[in-house]
Amino acid sequence: MPALGADMDWGIVIEWLKQPGDVLSRGDIVAVVETQKGAIEIEVFEDGVLEEIKVEPGRKVPVGEVLALIRGAGEAAAEPDVVPPPPEEPKPVTAPVTTAAPAIPVQEGLRISPAARREAERRGIDPAAVAAGPDGIIGLREIESAAPAPPRAAGPKGLDLDEMRKAIAAAMARSKREIPHYYVSRTIDVSLLMDWLATENARRPVEARLLYAAPLLKAAARALTKSPQLNGRFEEGVFRPSGAVHIGAATAIRGGGLIAPAIHDADTLGLDQLMDKLRDLVARVRGGRLRSSEMMDPTVTLSNLGEDTADAMYPVIYPPQVAIIGCGAIVERPWVVDGKVVPRNLMTVSVAGDHRVSDGRMAAQFLNRFDRLLQTPEAL
Amino acid sequence: MSASTLTMTYRDAVREALREAMQRDERVFLMGEDVGRYGGAYACSKGLLEEFGEDRIRDTPLSESGFTGAGIGAALGGMRPIVEVMTVNFALLALDQIVNNAATIRHMSGGQFSVPVVIRMATGAGRQLAAQHSHSLENWFAHVPGIRVVAPATVADARGMLWTAIEDPDPVIIFEHATLYNEVGEVPGEGNTEVDIDRAAIRREGGDATIITYSGSLQKSLDAAEALSGEGIDCEVIDLRTLRPLDDATIIASVAKTHRAVIVDEGWRSGSLAGEISARITEQAFYDLDAPVARVCSAEVPIPYPRHLEMAATPQVETVVAAVKGVMRR
Repeated sequence: MPALGADMDWGIVIEWLKQPGDVLSRGDIVAVVETQKGAIEIEVFEDGVLEEIKVEPGRKVPVGEVLALIRGAGEAAAEPDVVPPPPEEPKPVTAPVTTAAPAIPVQEGLRISPAARREAERRGIDPAAVAAGPDGIIGLREIESAAPAPPRAAGPKGLDLDEMRKAIAAAMARSKREIPHYYVSRTIDVSLLMDWLATENARRPVEARLLYAAPLLKAAARALTKSPQLNGRFEEGVFRPSGAVHIGAATAIRGGGLIAPAIHDADTLGLDQLMDKLRDLVARVRGGRLRSSEMMDPTVTLSNLGEDTADAMYPVIYPPQVAIIGCGAIVERPWVVDGKVVPRNLMTVSVAGDHRVSDGRMAAQFLNRFDRLLQTPEAL
Repeated sequence: MSASTLTMTYRDAVREALREAMQRDERVFLMGEDVGRYGGAYACSKGLLEEFGEDRIRDTPLSESGFTGAGIGAALGGMRPIVEVMTVNFALLALDQIVNNAATIRHMSGGQFSVPVVIRMATGAGRQLAAQHSHSLENWFAHVPGIRVVAPATVADARGMLWTAIEDPDPVIIFEHATLYNEVGEVPGEGNTEVDIDRAAIRREGGDATIITYSGSLQKSLDAAEALSGEGIDCEVIDLRTLRPLDDATIIASVAKTHRAVIVDEGWRSGSLAGEISARITEQAFYDLDAPVARVCSAEVPIPYPRHLEMAATPQVETVVAAVKGVMRR
């Protein structure tokens, strides 16, 4: 059971998407695990063959528990466990009942009885997160023995907002307890960026239009390549800078809570690719279906408040990361350009840094680079 | 007067019901093959010839179409005939009279004529009477609008349903399962025997699964429910009593409670009453179901003569138990 975030200590396997004998390639999604942050898809990091599933769906297991064995390419098969076969179930003496459902090949989708589906709805349980019985069917029994239904905050499918709030609380408390934060900020004139975006979007079809979040991410990622002390992880007393820039894009969830899944190698992606990734992430965050690597890999986080919110933010670092960038809303304000006061579009960007790893000066340098990159949006 | 109960056989209950009907209404008479001198194929009318005479207990020639038609004619003429047919297999010879005349005349006369005939017949397997005397064709009759079909499964219903049927202004067919005649049960004392022929009865209450059955399969279903209770499965058992019109309300209310239904019907599965009930459950209680509706029916073969094959071909306690476990996914 991988740790899909700083404060995850358990997970429940919801379903296996691969079965023993299946050939796995790096990046394949093998299982779905329910965590405090919703359902997360677990990817594999090696090629091989799924040899054995150790944890059946429905079991809550601690982080670190072996979920399954994968035999790497060329590896010999594991010795079979020397366990005596279980005693055979006594066969009923009656003739087989012809009313029993014939053996039907495994079907796609849930096999859930109408009554169970209705009961799950009544209890606010996601049937997809309920372990089927040994016959592969979800009936009333499975729903009734699924997690009892205390009043839960209504959230998107697969997310338990109460659990998420607990996870956020634990991570943020740890952050404020352990990380000596410093803050620097800079007000950046983004008029050129907004003008360029307006022109760019005017010639694009609606579905291909860019949100300003995409150039922000790109500029931040490129600026971070020059600020290694802001990009990496602080674990067990040691800071390890990251070569790659995997920006966690903080995404709010309807009903409360937020997640910052990684956009991998954001510095190398074009704006269109970034936009696609953002759209996909938001959809999957709201659907409660993220991938394990997205949860585990961020090396830094960018939190963008968006329009009509607040002028500036003072974000809290998500451990074990060492920095977080907070972008306030873009507002039109008087600004001095070439000795004249003119109305411009301004954005106040803050950086919270981990003082164990970096100093305010490095963060200020980052902001300076970030500013310059935003002045030539066409070059992003 | 007395509310005390009497203990008697199903056969005696049928005979008492016939006697009471003859006494209460002089328009009532009984006719059929061997009902008089022989006392009835299943001895239900034994002694009635001596008591009521040849005018009212009439032996007929071996012509089901003829004497059933005569009964229908008598009913049209204002009498209250009770026609006994030895077994449902033989009643096929009278199908034309029943389906084309008895069931249609009220409709075709614009309500001017009614046919208050009662037709009794034995049905079902279990007595090693082989393939021409053992079938369960109740569903063929229950298919037909214009007639009411009832199936007393208890001694009390055998005692009470006949009079209610006679009072019905339209044709009523009473199916008596051939294995029931020797069953002993309690009936209410004199004056309290009347029963309705509209509603199904819950013969055992339970919350886990509903067994829906009738006639000769009721006791098997109750025995299965008893066996299952030892395994922690709590069955409700519904006795349909009336096969046409079906009492949907009782069935649906029970399935809505238990979420699982097993229909035990000695008829053949294809085109069975069990199929009709299953369809109604799906139509009216689909969202209450936790398992597909299961049916325990007879094997689709002519009912065999050898005892072990006859048993293998028809619903038994063990097959009902297995079907209930199936819908319980156990």
